[in-house]
Formats: sequence, C-alpha cells, structure tokens
Amino acid sequence: MALNTNDINDIKIDVLKELGNIGSGNAATALATMISKKVDMDVPKVKILDFKEVPNILGGEEAPVVGIYFEMTGEIVGNIMFVLDLKSAKNLTNILLDRENKTLNLDEMDISALSELGNILASSYISSLSTLTGLNVAISIPSLATDMAGAILSVPAIQYGYIADYVLLIETYFQEGNNKVTGNLFMIPEIDSFEKLLKSLGVC
Amino acid sequence: MDAIKVGMADLKAIESPGILTTLGLGSCVGITLFDKKSNIAGLAHIMLPSSKEIKNNSNKAKFADTGIELLVEKMLLIGANKNFLVAKIAGGAQMFSFNSKSNILKIGERNVIATKEKLKELKIPVVSEDTGGNYGRTIELNAEDGSLLVKTIGHGIKII
Repeated sequence: MALNTNDINDIKIDVLKELGNIGSGNAATALATMISKKVDMDVPKVKILDFKEVPNILGGEEAPVVGIYFEMTGEIVGNIMFVLDLKSAKNLTNILLDRENKTLNLDEMDISALSELGNILASSYISSLSTLTGLNVAISIPSLATDMAGAILSVPAIQYGYIADYVLLIETYFQEGNNKVTGNLFMIPEIDSFEKLLKSLGVC
Repeated sequence: MDAIKVGMADLKAIESPGILTTLGLGSCVGITLFDKKSNIAGLAHIMLPSSKEIKNNSNKAKFADTGIELLVEKMLLIGANKNFLVAKIAGGAQMFSFNSKSNILKIGERNVIATKEKLKELKIPVVSEDTGGNYGRTIELNAEDGSLLVKTIGHGIKII
C-alpha cells in the first residue's frame, strides 16, 4: 500500500474539503426541492477529528443519535453515513411530514422518512462525487440505527481506523422555520479507493 | 466517586479505590482486567482485531493484540501479578445490518474473537462477558471488587 494517510498533505485535505462542500451543497438543494420549502443552510464545515474527539460532536458518547448507513460500490468502494442527534432527527421528520410532533420517540413514519431522506442526501452527494471524479459510484439501500453516539460513531471511526488515527466528516446545518437540523456526513472510502479518488482529482 | 474515562483507542490502569469507564461502546470492545489480590484494575477500548493486518499500527491501544499486551504491562508496573489477572469483556456489537458479503460490518464479532485469542495466549481467563447484539453499551469497572456494570439504551442494566 503506497498511501500513508498520516502523511496526508494540505492539498489533499483541501481537495477532500472541497468535495465535501460541493456534495453537501447539492444534498441541501435536494432537500429543499423535496419539501418544496425554503431551506436555510450554512456553509458546511469539513472537520478532521482525532478519535477521542469524535463522540463530542453530537453531545457526548451517551447522547441518543440516529445513524443512516450506506455501502458505496463501483469504482470507489467504502461507506457513507449520515448521523444526526435525536432532536434534529425529529425536527427533520416534522419538516418532511409537515407536523409538530414534540415527542422524541421515532415511530415507523419517522424511520421511513429518515431513511428516504438519508437516501436522497447520500445519492446527491455521490452524484457530485461521481461528476467531479469521473468515477462510477453507486450506493446500497439505507440501514438505520438509533443508539448512543459513541456506539453509532464507532462504525465510521473503526473504518477510518484502518487507514488513519482521525476521521473526516462534513457537518451541515440547515433550518426551515423553527426546525433546526444539524447533521454530520461521513464519507469513508476504503484505502485503495481513497488513493483512486485522489488520483482522479489529480492530487496523488 | 468520579469515574476515570477511557476513550476510543485508549487504555488505563488504576489502583483501588476508583472506577474506570468507557462510554458508548459499539463495535469496539472494552477489555477489563482485574487482580483481586492487589485490587488493580485496567481497561482498554480497542477498535480493531490485529495490529498485523495494517501498516499504520503505531497506536498500540487501537488493536486487540497490542492493546491487551500494553494493558497487562501497565498493570504489572503498578504492582499487579499476572497469575491473578481475570478478564471481563463487553461490546463487539453490529450496529447496522445488511444482506451483503462485506465483512466490514462484522468487525465487532472479529474484535471479540481476537480479544479472546489474545487473552488465551496470555493465559488470562475470561470470567464473564456481554458481547454481540446490535446495541451500544457503557461500562464501569470498579477497582474495589472488579465488578463490571453494563448500561444500554433499551436493553437494560446489569452487573457482570
């Protein structure tokens, strides 16, 4: 394996950040189209975090969160995960289902809406990745889980663990009316795909 | 008593009295070792089965094999006796499920197997475990008696 991600340089990080910005920009546009409402969005923040800092992004290791997980196949192999805290998840389903439900329990409607939304976000992210790199990428159907932040985030952390001692994530924030939503998107290419990805963007 | 936190890919050893905790274990495995003669307790939070599988393996606490070795070393250094060590393990869940051949998601199970193999090699008996399933766990190891508290969301609380 020629690539050592611990030696990853600034140019590579900048490329990955830019990829994140474009991808989540498209994802937010897709959301606005889906609900036919104006969605305010901040510039997404791309963060590189040490393992120890990871669970803090969602209110601590034991905070309940929702993870929506996809497998990437094709010329880039790996995974994509969209994670949001339970409050944000509920706000999001309230936007999608056009209702004001204050409880924090997710019912079947919520789970189905979140899976579909995750699907749209991940697909629009993948499609911009595909366009930028010229590589063919497809995603699986979503798998959804609700549990402690530490447990859900151990999944992307472990996958990054094979190639590095940090994770790369894209934090997006959007708002419709009073419903505020903060979501985190993890893109986790396998090591060979990571190299292919950078090469296709001319930085390897 | 304030518990001492052990993060992801991290390990710590203490003397009684004290509590070692790791919060929200998913597919990672929490390995606790206890010497009941000297009341010395250790906790490692490993992420991957083997340091031999990958090149980037400088962080010993990240892997079951090197993590357990390092934890034992640390405990011996503060006075534990290897012959009296017993292990309790928790975690190794599969958080997401798919109908695919990919073994990435089975990493929890592989972490548990690798942990047991290493403990067997070091002749440290596993006296109890709470592993597998599809849910996260918070664990607390009490250095006074070696009891291990396991907390979950929706799957109860128990002492193993």
